[in-house]
Amino acid sequence: MTAVSLQSAAAPAGLNEDALEAAQRAERNWMMAICSPSLILVGIIIFVPVGWLFWLSLFDAQGALTAGNYLRLLEQPSYFKTLMMTFKVSVIVTVVCLALGYPLAYLLSQLPRRTAGILMISVILPFWTSVLVRTYAWLVILQRRGLVNDWLMSLGIIDEPLQLAHNFTGVIVGMSHVMLPFLVLPLYASMKAIDRDYLRAGLNLGASPTKTFWQVFFPLSLPGLSAGVVLTFVLCLGFFVTPALMGGGNVFMWSMRIEQTSRLYSNWGAASAMGVVLLVLTLGILWAFYKLLGTRNLLARGLR
Amino acid sequence: MKAVDRSPPVTIRGIAKRYGNTTVLHGFDLDVNPGEFVTLLGPSGSGKTTILMILAGFVRPNAGSIKVGEEEIVAMPPHKRNVGMVFQNYALFPHMDVFQNVAFPLRQRGVGAAEIASRVREALGLVQLGEYAERRVDQLSGGQRQRVALARAIVFEPRILLMDEPLSALDKKLRERMQIEIRHLHERLGMTTIYVTHDQREAITMSDRVAVMNAGRIAQLDTPKGLYARPRTRFVAEFIGESNFLPVELDGAAVKFGGQPLRMAETIGPSAPKQWLVIRPEKLSILNGHADPTLNQFQGRVREVVYQGESFICYVTLADGSEISVRNYSRGDALTRLPEAGQPIRLGLSPEDVVLVPEDSVA
Repeated sequence: MTAVSLQSAAAPAGLNEDALEAAQRAERNWMMAICSPSLILVGIIIFVPVGWLFWLSLFDAQGALTAGNYLRLLEQPSYFKTLMMTFKVSVIVTVVCLALGYPLAYLLSQLPRRTAGILMISVILPFWTSVLVRTYAWLVILQRRGLVNDWLMSLGIIDEPLQLAHNFTGVIVGMSHVMLPFLVLPLYASMKAIDRDYLRAGLNLGASPTKTFWQVFFPLSLPGLSAGVVLTFVLCLGFFVTPALMGGGNVFMWSMRIEQTSRLYSNWGAASAMGVVLLVLTLGILWAFYKLLGTRNLLARGLR
Repeated sequence: MKAVDRSPPVTIRGIAKRYGNTTVLHGFDLDVNPGEFVTLLGPSGSGKTTILMILAGFVRPNAGSIKVGEEEIVAMPPHKRNVGMVFQNYALFPHMDVFQNVAFPLRQRGVGAAEIASRVREALGLVQLGEYAERRVDQLSGGQRQRVALARAIVFEPRILLMDEPLSALDKKLRERMQIEIRHLHERLGMTTIYVTHDQREAITMSDRVAVMNAGRIAQLDTPKGLYARPRTRFVAEFIGESNFLPVELDGAAVKFGGQPLRMAETIGPSAPKQWLVIRPEKLSILNGHADPTLNQFQGRVREVVYQGESFICYVTLADGSEISVRNYSRGDALTRLPEAGQPIRLGLSPEDVVLVPEDSVA
C-alpha cells in the first residue's frame, strides 16, 4: 500500500493541467464558433426589425421626434375600443378552442397509436393549407346564400337566412378553426406523456374514474394545456387575415387598425407605435402566464 | 397502523385471458392463505403481471373467479376493490407532495382531516420516512419513492396487497435491504400479499410460497425450500438457482448415469420415460484420495476454473461428454488447492441431493 501511494505522490501535482485546460478552452471556442451563424441570423431577423419598429414609432409624419404616436393611442377612445375587441375575440376564440381541443386531444391520447395518427392528420391537414384558402372556404359555407343557410332553409328550420359571416360569429368560427391545432398539438403531447399507471393508481386507491380524471389526469395535462392556451391567445392577438375577411369590416381588431394606418393613411410612425404596444402587451401576457404557472410546480416539473 | 387481525384468503379459480388468438392465461388457479406472502415468479410473458392486473381490476379476464374472503370481486371496478397496489414504477403522483400522495386514498374515502394527518404520519413512520412529508416526489431517491409507494398502498388498510416488481428499479444493495424490510413489514401487518417478480432470488428470500409460472400456467407452487431442493420440472430447476442436467436411463427400479446406477435417498415411482438428473453446483464436492463410499461419484476433466471472490466454479467435462459445473467456497486451504484446467477430477454427490425431473413436455 505505501509503495503505491508514494509513487502517486511522486508525480507532479498539476500533471498535464495546462494542456487539459487549453483543450477545454478550445472546445468552448469551437462551440461558440459553430453557434455564431444562427445567433447572428436571429439577431438580424428579430432584433433589427423590432428595433427599427420602435425607432420609427418615435417620429411623426414630418420626421420630427415626438411622443404623439403613443399619446394619440391614449387620447382617442376608439383605440381602446379596438384593443378591447381584440382581447374579447382572443379570449372567446381561446375558450372555444379549449372546449373543442381538450376533449379532442384527450380522445387522441387514449386511442391506439395508429388510429390516433390518422385522426391527428385531420387536425394537422388544415394546418398545411393556406389560411386564406381556409377562410374563403368558411365564407362559402357561412355566407347568406351559403351551405349552412341553404340546408337550414330547405329543412324548414329557418325562413330567413342567418347572418353567419361578416360579423362577430364569423370571426370566431374562422379563427377557432385556424387556431385549434396550436392548442391541440402541445396538449396532445403532454397528455401522451402521462403514464397510464398514474390513472391506474388513482383508481386502485379508491378514486372513481371521474375523480381520477380531475385529480390526476387533468392536473398532469396542465403543462400542455397552459402552453397551448398561451400560444393560441397570443397568436389571436395579432391575427389579421381571418378576422379581416370573416368580419367583413364589422369586427375591428388591432392588427387591422395597424394595416389601415400604414396602408390607408401611410402613417408609419403611428402604425409602428401600435405595433410596439401589441408587442409589449404580448410579452406582458407571456410573462404573467409564466409567473402564474411557473411557480406552481406545474410547468416545468409536472411530468417527471 | 395496527396489524390487520385477519386479512382474508384469496381464492383464484379458472382465470383465463386471451388477446386475440394468443392465450395469456389458461385457467389459472391459486389459493392464498390469510396473511400469506405468495410470489408469482416467472420469465417475461409467463402471465404473472396479467394475473396481478386482473386482481387489481385493470384487466378483465375472459373467464374465472376471484374471491377475497367470501366476496366475489372478478367483475368489480378497480376503485371499489379496496386492494392496495405497489406499481413497478411506483406511480407516485408528480403533482403532489409525499403527504398528499399518501393521503390520496384516505381523501377518496372521506376520512376527516385530523385522522388523515395522523394516519399518514403513522404510515410514513412505518416506512421510516416521517421527515419527508413535505418533499416533492422528484426530490426523493429511488428507495424513498419505493417506500412512499408502499406507505400509500397500505395506509388505507386494504384487504390484500399487490406488488408488481416493486424493487426492479433499485440497485442490488438497496434491493436486498428493501426485500428484508418489506418482509418485516409484512410480518408486522399480516396483510395477505401477492408479489410479482422475475428475480428468483428475490422470490426465495421474501415469500412464504412461490408459484413458478411458465406460459400462462403454474409450473410449481411450493415453499422456497421445496422449490430449490425438489424442483418438479426441468423448467423450474432451470429457473430457480443454477443447475446442471445429466441425462439418466431408467432400468426397472434402477436409475443409471453412464451405465452406473445412482444411489438415491428415495425411490421414484413410475414416471416419464425421459428423466434428467438435476445437480446444483454447490452440492458437488471435489474428492481427494479415499472418499465416502456412499457418495455417487463422477469422473471428469477440468475445463476451466473461474474465481468469483467468495467462491470459485470449476467447469468439468465428464467421461460421456456432458458439461457440469462445481461451486466450491473460498474457505481454508481450498484456494491453494485450486484444480487446474486439464487435470482429471473426481466429484461426489450425496444420495440426498439426487433429484430427477422429467423432460418438459413441449406445450
